[in-house]
Amino acid sequence: MTNIARRISISLAFVFAFLAIGLPLAAQTTLLNVSYDPTREFYEEYNQLFAKHWNATTGQDVVINQSHGGSGKQARAVIDGLEADVVTLALAYDIDAIADSGLIDQNWQSKLPNNSTPFTSTIVFLVRAGNPKGIHDWNDLIKPGVQVITPNPKTSGGARWNYLAAWGYALRKSGNNEAGARDFMKKLFANVPVLDTGARGSTVTFTQRGIGDVLIAWETDARLSQQENPGEYEIVVPSATIVAETPVAVVDKVAQKHGTEKIARAYLEYLYSPEAQELAAKYYYRPQLKSVAQKHASDFPKINAFTVQQGCGGWRNAQAKHFADGGTFDQIFEKK
Amino acid sequence: MARRSAVRALIQLKRSSPLPGFRLSLGFTWLYLTLIVLLPLAAIITRSLRGGLAQFLHAISTPRVEAAFRVTLASALLASVVAAVFGFLVAWVLARYNFPGRRIVDALIDLPFALPTAVAGISLTSLYSEKGWIGRFLDPHGIHVAFTQTGIVLAMSFVGLPFVVRSVQPVLEEIDTAMEEAAASLGASDWQVFARILAPVSLPALVTGAALAFARAAGEYGSVIFIAGNMPMKTEIAALLVVTKLEEYDYTGASAIAVAMLALSFVVMLSLNLLQWRLQRKVGERI
Repeated sequence: MTNIARRISISLAFVFAFLAIGLPLAAQTTLLNVSYDPTREFYEEYNQLFAKHWNATTGQDVVINQSHGGSGKQARAVIDGLEADVVTLALAYDIDAIADSGLIDQNWQSKLPNNSTPFTSTIVFLVRAGNPKGIHDWNDLIKPGVQVITPNPKTSGGARWNYLAAWGYALRKSGNNEAGARDFMKKLFANVPVLDTGARGSTVTFTQRGIGDVLIAWETDARLSQQENPGEYEIVVPSATIVAETPVAVVDKVAQKHGTEKIARAYLEYLYSPEAQELAAKYYYRPQLKSVAQKHASDFPKINAFTVQQGCGGWRNAQAKHFADGGTFDQIFEKK
Repeated sequence: MARRSAVRALIQLKRSSPLPGFRLSLGFTWLYLTLIVLLPLAAIITRSLRGGLAQFLHAISTPRVEAAFRVTLASALLASVVAAVFGFLVAWVLARYNFPGRRIVDALIDLPFALPTAVAGISLTSLYSEKGWIGRFLDPHGIHVAFTQTGIVLAMSFVGLPFVVRSVQPVLEEIDTAMEEAAASLGASDWQVFARILAPVSLPALVTGAALAFARAAGEYGSVIFIAGNMPMKTEIAALLVVTKLEEYDYTGASAIAVAMLALSFVVMLSLNLLQWRLQRKVGERI
């Protein structure tokens, strides 16, 4: 036998071997959950919880694969053909973008309770121990000599939440005067020395590189940084912030193709169960379920928060107004 | 007809080369180039023109995009000069001197090729940020490297260095020392030997190396993104804007910026190649 023929037969043998192993697996259902960066640990634990629950109620085994990355990047991957059965992303706009491509029903947000948001987060400040610059509210961030760390809202979902929280505060402060709010944002970004491309990048800049006096961050990221470096950081809750709704949806077209519609829906619905809500609280997401929220009330500082709907009239409006080409974020830098 | 016979003559000429299989290898070359280079490029160009020429021009002419082009090209040019100067020195030392650890230094030169660029970017940022090992000594003197254009040039010259060294080193090794000895015996000073013999012979290779370093720097994303600061209008590179456009689901705008960047880089590369070609001819005349 020639060398090439031998190689081909060996590869064929491997292919058959894999098919033989793969066939029994095919009887088992698999789901792909495409999510954003900071949820990795939460969904790892939730997937086991759901698999156990599904087996107990239906007797079927389910394997859930997860994929993580920047929220916008993940949405684009799904649009470009990544066969996700469900998406759990950082903001509604990214799921809207998938809906616009026809893969998800346009009414997706009304299909599950609380705007399809099983738990929320919020935006807080992380400052260095002892709060040396005396930072208590958004107003303190625009003082000269204060360095603010926040990622680039053009590339990071978390950064958009930061931006909208600041904008909402500025708008209230200036009595709904947009010029005033714009002025505030200009001063705020004049204090930003570096715009990382993602929320985790900013956290690293602040915690590992020691740059900046205050990090505007997801509450979950701030709590984790505090937990990993005890005594080094303090959390400051500003007088007004935003309810960061991180929504979920079944990717209808993909689930139909895979025949996983029922289980995909159950996977998302179970996120609202007391067990899953407990788990969310463990990872510092704010639970929606009243009973669980009350139980953990002492874990989460009280916030005075507005939603995107209240602050900006929804994500599509917010995106067009602030983050699209020539939006308020571009104006900060272009109009000197 | 005349052209055809000329082509045939050319093929005939090439056929006389000692290596067989010209037709096969030419066919393979075209297939390979088409699949790996031409098709993706064509796809980018068609994609960028999907919204029409007006939209293409609009996408690449906003102040922010223009600033990004300026920052990227200026930094890449500066970085290729830095890489050329230091690359030449390194190549010279490696080619002409024997010292303990020479082989190790020789191997180290290729490290920027192998190192994932993100790793390079993160380590450079850790070193040069205001609290970093090197940055903390520069900061009190008002020298800021990380999150400024200096940082961009630094990262770009890091990735460009091996191109210069590997282009120049073989040429320096080839130079016959007898020529230098002859010049010295005829009364030439060290400087004259360098200016009249070494520089002209190694210059074409140096320009080639610098051109490669420039090309790499202009397209660099991974290492630059960490140290750049990414502030719009100041330290934002073109490659980041492409990613930004993709994040906005604006595929057409992203490809428009990519095409414009390719065109600008092509112009620079072409001029450097013409320069290299002229220098090479001069050297040919002299020897």
